[in-house]
Amino acid sequence: MISPKYAREIPQRYRLEAAKCKSCGKINFPPRLVCPRCKSREFETVRLSNEGKILTYTIIRVSSDTFSHQTPYAVAIIETNDGAKLMAMIADSDLNEIEIGKKVKLVFRKIQDEGVWGLHCYGYKAVLI
Amino acid sequence: MIGIVGYGSYLPRYRVKVESIAKQWGSDPEAIKRGLKLFEKTVPGMDEDTITISVEASKNALKRAGIDPEKIGAVYIGSESHPYAVKPSGTILLEALGIGNDVHVASYEFACKAGTEAMYTAYSLVKADEMEYALAIGADTSQGAPGDALEYSASAGGTAFIMGKQNVIAEILFTHSYTSDTPDFWRREHEFYPRHAGRFTGEPAYFKHVVNAGKKLLEKSNMKPEDFKYAVFHMPNGKFPQIAAKKLGFTLEQIETGWIVPWMGNTYSGSSPTGLSAILDVAKPGDKIFMVSFGSGAGSDGFIFNVTDKIVDVQDKAPKLKEMLDNNKIYLDYGEYAKFREKIILNQ
Ligand SMILES: [Zn+2]
Repeated sequence: MISPKYAREIPQRYRLEAAKCKSCGKINFPPRLVCPRCKSREFETVRLSNEGKILTYTIIRVSSDTFSHQTPYAVAIIETNDGAKLMAMIADSDLNEIEIGKKVKLVFRKIQDEGVWGLHCYGYKAVLI
Repeated sequence: MIGIVGYGSYLPRYRVKVESIAKQWGSDPEAIKRGLKLFEKTVPGMDEDTITISVEASKNALKRAGIDPEKIGAVYIGSESHPYAVKPSGTILLEALGIGNDVHVASYEFACKAGTEAMYTAYSLVKADEMEYALAIGADTSQGAPGDALEYSASAGGTAFIMGKQNVIAEILFTHSYTSDTPDFWRREHEFYPRHAGRFTGEPAYFKHVVNAGKKLLEKSNMKPEDFKYAVFHMPNGKFPQIAAKKLGFTLEQIETGWIVPWMGNTYSGSSPTGLSAILDVAKPGDKIFMVSFGSGAGSDGFIFNVTDKIVDVQDKAPKLKEMLDNNKIYLDYGEYAKFREKIILNQ
């Protein structure tokens, strides 16, 4: 059962909401209670840029059952244009075209289904631009 | 002035050609291309559905409208492929776009015309001064049963329109709807694929409703087909909208720009709305546009638009339909297509 966790993370998964530290300006994604850089507890909510670049990636050929019909697929660490780092699957891409440093856009996709009866879980994936 | 203040479309990158489908079932692809005027169609990725398509189309509409999403007072998504039987697609979309929670949301269903129903309701609410902006979307990931003629046409994509009063790019001058009980096409609860009544879908269904709605719209507006730069009709295949245009007195030149079905397929609720999107991409101030949708069951919604001076400010703010249709295509063979569309029975 992933529904409760999924619902809690909607602001981050659907619209990339991050917490920007009011004292040092660091953008924390996902949001934190205490800024890891300056220990401040004051944040403002910002939405991350939906563009960025690939910092590193790997190709999954043997996946968990949930994603077994989508293999092989790439999972990357993306740095958004505002400096946040996040992990995302790369969609709609020829695996041979994926390279470190390439520019990507974050798009809204279905990430997984909770079996045949459960929720459709949505979130961000990256596509090459 | 009330009308469209922003519009945007989304098409998946995947395609399947008529040849690939015809080969699977031992049919002659040339006969289908000639008869139905279809060459290829869009296919949704395994991670795409009506909701993801609606979100991406709406992001493009918001880029063109340049408005604060929180000012949107209603979200209506028309589709015959809503991912949930019970839970409106708009609930997910409003969170993804940051529309906030003070909003009226509903899912529409009316075979292929659910998108124009959403447009009509959104327009009417703005006209009634109930809200500043309303968002209307027609999107589908429609399915045809394996081996059925619908397999050549049923495709995926969608278009979103934001209706409002400020900075209108296409004013809505007139509307008309025509509806009857016509059993040409249906799907019972829990059935995976729709059923259709073969040749019954043409004359008593599509043509009767499109032509009657179209005629009434011309009467109401006191306008003639020659007064319009563009016309767009629902496109279940390439041939039907050409015949409907002729029956109403429009030329093939008038429908050419919005006639995207040979390469897109029938995006059901997103069909005529996406044709309209292709027209708005190139329209000039003062152009009049004639639009009639069709949904089996059956009914048609008609609109007359007048393109304003503001159109040129927004056309380049989001990707154009033709770019999405012609570029970045990934072709699938029939096996891959069947897997993508979950036509293969798997062990759970
Ligand atoms: Zn800090």
